Amino acid sequence: RTMKYTTTTGRNITKVLIANRGEIACRVMRTARKLGVQSVAVYSEADRNSMHVDMADEAYSIGPAPSQQSYLSMEKIIQVAKTSAAQAIHPGYGFLSENMEFAELCKQEGIIFIGPPPSAIRDMGIKSTSKSIMAAAGVPVVEGYHGEDQSDQCLKEHAGRIGYPVMIKAVRGGGGKGMRIVRSEQEFQEQLESARREAKKSFNDDAVLIEKFVDTPRHVEVQVFGDHHGNAVYLFERDCSVQRRHQKIIEEAPAPGIKPEVRKKLGEAAVRAAKAVNYVGAGTVEFIMDSKHNFYFMEMNTRLQVEHPVTEMITGTDLVEWQLRIAAGEKIPLSQEEITLQGHAFEARIYAEDPSNNFMPGAGPLVHLSTPRADPSTRIETGVRQGDEVSVHYDPMIAKLVVWAADRQAALTKLRYSLRQYNIVGLHTNIDFLLNLSGHPEFEAGNVHTDFIPQHHKELLLSRKAAAKESLCQAALGLILKEKAMTDAFTLQAHDQFSPFSSSSGRRLNISYTRNMTLKDGKNNVAIAVTYNHDGSYSMQIEDKTFQVLGDLYSEEDCTYLKCSVNGVASKAKLIILENTIYLFSKEGSIEIDIPVPKYLSSVSSEGTQGGPLAPMTGTIEKVFVKAGDKVKAGDSLMVMIAMKMEHTIKAPKDGTIKKVFYREGTQANRHTPLVEFEEEESDKRESE
Amino acid sequence: ILRPCARASPAGLRAYHGDSVASLGTQPDVGSALYQENYEQMKALVNQLHERVEHIKLGGGEKARALHISRGKLLPRERIDNLIDPGSPFLELSQFAGYQLYDNEEVPGGGIITGIGRVSGVECMIIANDATVKGGTYYPVTVKKQLRAQEIAMQNRLPCIYLADSGGAYLPRQADVFADRDHFGRLFYNQAIMSSKNIAQIAVVMGSCTAGGAYVPAMADENIIVRKQGTIFLGGPPLVKAATGEEVSAEDLGGADLHCRKSGVGDHYALDDHHALHLTRKVVRNLNYQKKLDVTIEPSEEPLFPADELYGIVGANLKRNFDVREVIARIVDGSRFTEFKAFYGDTLVTGFARIFGYPVGIIGNNGVLFSESAKKGTHFIQVCCQRNIPLLFLQNVTGFMVGREYEAEGITKDGAKMVTAVACAQVPKITLIIGGSYGAGNYGMCGRAYSPRFLYIWPNARISVMGGEQAANVLATIAKDQRAREGKQFSSADEAALKEPIIKKFEEEGNPYYSSARVWDDGIIDPADTRLVLGLSFSAALNAPIEKTDFGIFRM
Repeated sequence: RTMKYTTTTGRNITKVLIANRGEIACRVMRTARKLGVQSVAVYSEADRNSMHVDMADEAYSIGPAPSQQSYLSMEKIIQVAKTSAAQAIHPGYGFLSENMEFAELCKQEGIIFIGPPPSAIRDMGIKSTSKSIMAAAGVPVVEGYHGEDQSDQCLKEHAGRIGYPVMIKAVRGGGGKGMRIVRSEQEFQEQLESARREAKKSFNDDAVLIEKFVDTPRHVEVQVFGDHHGNAVYLFERDCSVQRRHQKIIEEAPAPGIKPEVRKKLGEAAVRAAKAVNYVGAGTVEFIMDSKHNFYFMEMNTRLQVEHPVTEMITGTDLVEWQLRIAAGEKIPLSQEEITLQGHAFEARIYAEDPSNNFMPGAGPLVHLSTPRADPSTRIETGVRQGDEVSVHYDPMIAKLVVWAADRQAALTKLRYSLRQYNIVGLHTNIDFLLNLSGHPEFEAGNVHTDFIPQHHKELLLSRKAAAKESLCQAALGLILKEKAMTDAFTLQAHDQFSPFSSSSGRRLNISYTRNMTLKDGKNNVAIAVTYNHDGSYSMQIEDKTFQVLGDLYSEEDCTYLKCSVNGVASKAKLIILENTIYLFSKEGSIEIDIPVPKYLSSVSSEGTQGGPLAPMTGTIEKVFVKAGDKVKAGDSLMVMIAMKMEHTIKAPKDGTIKKVFYREGTQANRHTPLVEFEEEESDKRESE
Repeated sequence: ILRPCARASPAGLRAYHGDSVASLGTQPDVGSALYQENYEQMKALVNQLHERVEHIKLGGGEKARALHISRGKLLPRERIDNLIDPGSPFLELSQFAGYQLYDNEEVPGGGIITGIGRVSGVECMIIANDATVKGGTYYPVTVKKQLRAQEIAMQNRLPCIYLADSGGAYLPRQADVFADRDHFGRLFYNQAIMSSKNIAQIAVVMGSCTAGGAYVPAMADENIIVRKQGTIFLGGPPLVKAATGEEVSAEDLGGADLHCRKSGVGDHYALDDHHALHLTRKVVRNLNYQKKLDVTIEPSEEPLFPADELYGIVGANLKRNFDVREVIARIVDGSRFTEFKAFYGDTLVTGFARIFGYPVGIIGNNGVLFSESAKKGTHFIQVCCQRNIPLLFLQNVTGFMVGREYEAEGITKDGAKMVTAVACAQVPKITLIIGGSYGAGNYGMCGRAYSPRFLYIWPNARISVMGGEQAANVLATIAKDQRAREGKQFSSADEAALKEPIIKKFEEEGNPYYSSARVWDDGIIDPADTRLVLGLSFSAALNAPIEKTDFGIFRM
């Protein structure tokens, strides 16, 4: 059954183009499929084999990997819409979702832009304008400078007037891009320039605004919807306070600890805001909230937000369906009174990033990926599959794990349980960090605010505990059995299949064979003496303890599991051995044990302290501050690199003299390549001897 | 045990339902006094064996090991463990070489470790000097052990890997090491000959290779040398100083840098032992070697009976008889044995079986050899040679039957037929001495002189020209006759006095350790390990193509 929606102009949406990629493209397609609407994907060369391309009914290539030439290319996308005869374009979030010009262009071309009218995007996209509109509509706002005069002097004066700490934000900004907190006048200039650079890069507009920075505020936002008939409703609030690098990583709905009166006030203020700009479609009104639950308008996001699923979970709605219906000219499906709040939902964003290295975004292959099983109260919103790559060109988000339960505590328990079953190997992720975060007592108590992560940094980044000896035995067994499996595989393809030489029995004549293995638990090498017993079991000695270990590998749904018994205690864990690391995932948690790389294979030090600094990831060199012959001190800035749409300042690892700078501005550096070379110092020479 | 059973290969198609014949072997009465006594006796011998090898495993003692390790070197056994494929078995040979051979001088393992292991999937002969034993120098027995390893490599076409770390010939015994054909020089002769036959020779210089020893890497097809550890030179620094007065460090005279950058004596430069072994594995991978079997294989199957029952069945008393079929039942795949000529010449058991899937023709003694037994054995050997079936000899033989009747029947020419057949057979032959190995029985059952590819011995076995008591009786009879001719008395006390030292001497010299110390065999093995050792040995032997057999004249 194909549902048809009639627009005000009497048009149907039977085919929708999704001008996006990744999980949101897949998310939109799922609803489209449910409604019988055909979906059209667009993809860059980097995404040729992506999940969203496979999911779509039709897919069109729109150019090379960089977004500027693909997902941000309005002409190409419009062209595809015409070629494929899609009546509407869903922009997802990011990319062109809040681009007024694009919304305008769609209108000119007679294509339905699934979003608000261009005027609303414009009004809300320029923060200074949005604030004055809101103030006029009686929505509370925070003090700031939103003026046209962008001179350093003027901005600095206003910052002084508002009083430090202040926030510098890109006027067209969003998602934390081009946003800087300045705590004192001395920092102002450097932060301003940095904010401008990022703003220019991200939005092609370096205008900024200055705002009072509210300390330890909460970030509370309200989901609103408007239609072509002048109606607007709210679907309650979400709390997105817990952020790192000014980006959300865990969101929940409803906001914890909010009284119904405040909830209603928030909702009504949001609806007022939407109505003030004749809002149509899905929008989010963001507020900051202080500890007394006073809230101030921050901005309105004129798109469907990343975290919309938590709202769907507590209201039992499909917001993408609402978007499509409203875009087709229908009225909002439910009235305000019909929208009810039930239970509690969390969303955890799983990112390719390294929490222990300042959440440095990562990229690379998802060598292994397994997720908890999806069910009506557990959603896995993702755009990648095992074997896919997290590309350096786009946002490093891997997935959103969304859970719902009757109350906050139950939902939190479920979140943690599910996170433990989200197993990824191949790149650093924030899964363990999310587990620590969601298990933190203050988080459990609902005491969230935007400084939560910096404040609890230590507990959240628990230095890893030494692995239990039993776990080391499991890892050693996993390694041995994997070797055995490799030998068996080799043997199977050989003509001489049954030779006892291929038995992996470790047999020696008249003596027992004890193999001295070394595994690396964090930074510590652990010696394990493994004796191969004739019955196929192993005796493993670690320090003064000996364990009787036996086990077997078996496969289930593409995963290898290690079934093993250590001193009679049986266990089962998913086993992945990738390059030099053994991963064991079980219900009890995950274990990661390294296999030390022999010296002869690790001639290049990954620490980067010996010589010059190494590129932390693949990216473009934006600025170079030093040249050959310069004397630098440890910690001095050497270069600025842009990677994963973020700026990284490369600092000198030690005092010394620059011998050579390997990259010019604008060139691309690969991950772990040296960026500059230092003159060899006497102390280095001695060391390398 | 965890091996998946779904491994049935196309070879399994060879089985027809007619093949589901009754298996061999019977359940022993494990509660019987005889079984238990046998078991305990054999177990004691096996324990003794294990203890002795555990001691040999330690090499040259704690101090020497500590010194060796302090130089950043791996112990020789660790080198082997790291060289062969992870977790794969290692078939060590001649563990007892030099055992109690040089009076008070202990030379564990003869100062060298030899054996067969898989390296990058290729079965290789590994020859590793043990520098903790007298600096890895070559005693006469060291040379003999290495020559035997080379002989095995040559016969079975196994690439050789020399883990060289030796001070050269042991000077105090130079007279027994240097000049003769089968002395030190033969090692390099063999390297050249094997290389000429396309049997890869790979040397890893992990310590000294001085004087003659320098030819080990120099004559190898490809070599690896470890920086700051390996040295190759014809004359070491002391000799150079004595000869020319030149003072030079070992590293400058013949280290890795010199040989890999200047002289061209070295091929691959290794940073340490681990690196060297890693490079060696790569060298083997580049041999482009593929094992091709000349025999059919079938999926391997464990015997139906536990191997340690052999202790209780065989025991340590050679006078007690046991049925060799019970031994076969605990060695071969599925305890399945297709007997050949079961009712004829039944003191010799012949038949077909499989060990780890390889076809084997088994010839086992079940008593003294008669003419029929010898003719049956000859027939069976001919059959196996015709069909490319490797042979396994299970020796437990007092010899051929003696007496007028048998001589008249021509037992000598029938025995000669069997000896001819054994000598000429070109299929891989492996001999295992499971009891007595005496006189011409040793010849007919493929003793050392008949070049079996491998020869192993159980700890209960005895090997000599005849049994000690038999020999004593023979000598006593001769003495008695002589006394009688001289008209003298020969009392029973005289007889006992004469016999006792003879019995003692035979007992000592017939002992497996005496044999193994002199490299008359390739190793003493635990009966419970028999199946594995034979499987590894046949696997190694099948690296060489099976040559066609031409038999000599059979005296009819």
